[in-house]
Amino acid sequence: MSSRASAYSALLPAFIVLAVVYIGSTVWTMWMSLTGSRMLPNNNFVGLRNYEILFSNDRWITSVHNLAFFGVLFVAISLALGFLLAVAIDQKVRSEDSWRSVYLYPYSMSFVVTGLVWQWLLNPTLGIQKLVRDMGFETFTFDWIAHAETVLYCLVIAGVWHAAGLVMAIMLAGLRGVDEDIWKAARVDGLPTWRVYASVVTPMLGASFATAGVLLSTSVVRLYDLSVAMTRGGPGIASEVPAKFVMDHLFERANISLATAAATSMLITVIAVVAPYMYWRTRVAARGRA
Amino acid sequence: MSIPAIAQDNKAEVIHWWTSGGESAAVKVFADQFGKAGGAWVDSAVAGGVNARTAAINRTIAGNPPAAMQFNTGKQFDELVEGGLLTDIDAVATANNWKANLPQALIDATTRQGKMFAAPVNIHGQNWLFYNKELLAKVGAKEPRNWDEAIEALDKIKASGAIPLAFSGAKNWERLLFNAVLVDKGGPAIWSAFWAKRDPAVLKSPELRKAADTYKKLKDYTDPGASSRVWNDATGLVIQGKAGMQIMGDWAKGEFSAAGKAPEKDYGCVILASGSHGFIFGGDVFAFPKLKDANAAKAQALLAKTMLDPAAQIEFSLKKGSLPARLDVDASRLDACAQKGMKYVLDKNQQLPSDVMLAPPAVWGAIEDVISQFWNTAMTSEQFIDKLAVAFKQNQ
Repeated sequence: MSSRASAYSALLPAFIVLAVVYIGSTVWTMWMSLTGSRMLPNNNFVGLRNYEILFSNDRWITSVHNLAFFGVLFVAISLALGFLLAVAIDQKVRSEDSWRSVYLYPYSMSFVVTGLVWQWLLNPTLGIQKLVRDMGFETFTFDWIAHAETVLYCLVIAGVWHAAGLVMAIMLAGLRGVDEDIWKAARVDGLPTWRVYASVVTPMLGASFATAGVLLSTSVVRLYDLSVAMTRGGPGIASEVPAKFVMDHLFERANISLATAAATSMLITVIAVVAPYMYWRTRVAARGRA
Repeated sequence: MSIPAIAQDNKAEVIHWWTSGGESAAVKVFADQFGKAGGAWVDSAVAGGVNARTAAINRTIAGNPPAAMQFNTGKQFDELVEGGLLTDIDAVATANNWKANLPQALIDATTRQGKMFAAPVNIHGQNWLFYNKELLAKVGAKEPRNWDEAIEALDKIKASGAIPLAFSGAKNWERLLFNAVLVDKGGPAIWSAFWAKRDPAVLKSPELRKAADTYKKLKDYTDPGASSRVWNDATGLVIQGKAGMQIMGDWAKGEFSAAGKAPEKDYGCVILASGSHGFIFGGDVFAFPKLKDANAAKAQALLAKTMLDPAAQIEFSLKKGSLPARLDVDASRLDACAQKGMKYVLDKNQQLPSDVMLAPPAVWGAIEDVISQFWNTAMTSEQFIDKLAVAFKQNQ
């Protein structure tokens, strides 16, 4: 047996798993979205009717908007805050290890726990609002979670609290990789520290930003547990997200065809975003080799 | 020596979602009675209705079904019947004279293709108004009989500084509250046109318009903490006298009893209905998947018979806080609210099957989303009715 054949045979089990579990399930999901399946899967072809229903469904449209809104704010604020935290720790502060642990601590908690904790903190009759009012500020109001217009900001707050520490750890690793000589050179030139961070160090951290950005983006797409634990999608449908739409319709609503149509739409959207990026990466890599 | 062998023959695994204190005590009644009758109950409790049903359905499709599985009374098991996965229990029903002793709505809800496919074990009234007697007396309000009177009482409670309507903001409770208003303003005809027929004409009726306006008005009587509260905490507010009233199913009685409150003494219970009609009821049923083993089928028949045995029915209801599904039981041991409920159940004109008995999950779910949007946004009644029309059309 040639070494090539033995390499392929070793890869075969993994390949079968990939083909059956990932590709097979994806194809099945797409097929289901073209059928009239309700509680049990069936093969009655109905064309694109489920997609018609899906894209005239307020809850789905709201879910998609919510995801975009949450995604942009969550990624931007987490990156900015994480970077600033990393810079703060990079100033050779005392007991750096403890600070790092404190900031990274939220990330060790699941989104469910995060969601519950923040639900209590933001609850106007139990949490921050009550605390401040009890301290004597009778008119203080912080009831964002109770209003459809503001509830998404609450999800962003909880999400950023959860993820900023991780971004900090990645950025700090990047900052530590910056050559000491650059700092020395900047000092000789008399540049202020903030200017070195803004114009020299940040551009060098491209890889760290990309890593953190990709990690944050994946947690945006699969956003589900935070919405479930914190707001149950409410008030009304104001904090619904696509993954929750899929899960609710798959099980409680016993509407497999609509759930799979939603899942397929999510997949297509992700591919539409990722494919140009992948193409660009391969182009850059090819140019690098040439 | 032969006892284990018999038990082995009559072993029946039951998947259900009764996991809370009162619920598991109730289900133990069935398990004990089944044991006395010569069966062996194998308990598979799965927390959460959706999880339990999903587990049971997946196992049934995969060919490894339990002997019995719980559903809410309604359309949740329709597709299992159509797929030929359930066994009918018509023989047990006939032998034990169920059809003469069950409310017609329950027989209709469990009969498919002319045969009974599930054993209805209890009835839960869904549109009860529970109120704190002391608080209502203090603000000078009397027990309301319909929503107009309830709103008068709510105004008085509001003036006193307490939370008028204890509420927990989740889609299902928003639907439950809407239903309680719809029954009062519309009566049985509108109810069935809305949930059973989903007739677009009902959306143009003045009754529906009145129901929508009243429902929206109720939002003003809830507090900002409602949106992230769970239902039993809302009941807790009524118990403590921090809130005046709550619309909830009769399972809320468990919270009152746990706090040592007595029905019709510390708290009142009433069904709001402008006419004299309108007790929305749902409940739980057990369905029996087809099993290959003939002995297992015998155990299923025995299980169905045991669950609807009059003695087991009354013991179960006492623990669960529900009403017995059988009408020929001795109701004198039930609590004061349950006795009120029995009067509704015994009167054919009062029986309104719940929304989940009339519409499949995909359909009531779509309507629920519209109701929830209406409750939580600045949507007007006209916009609400327009959106309902779309939901009706998409789910015909």
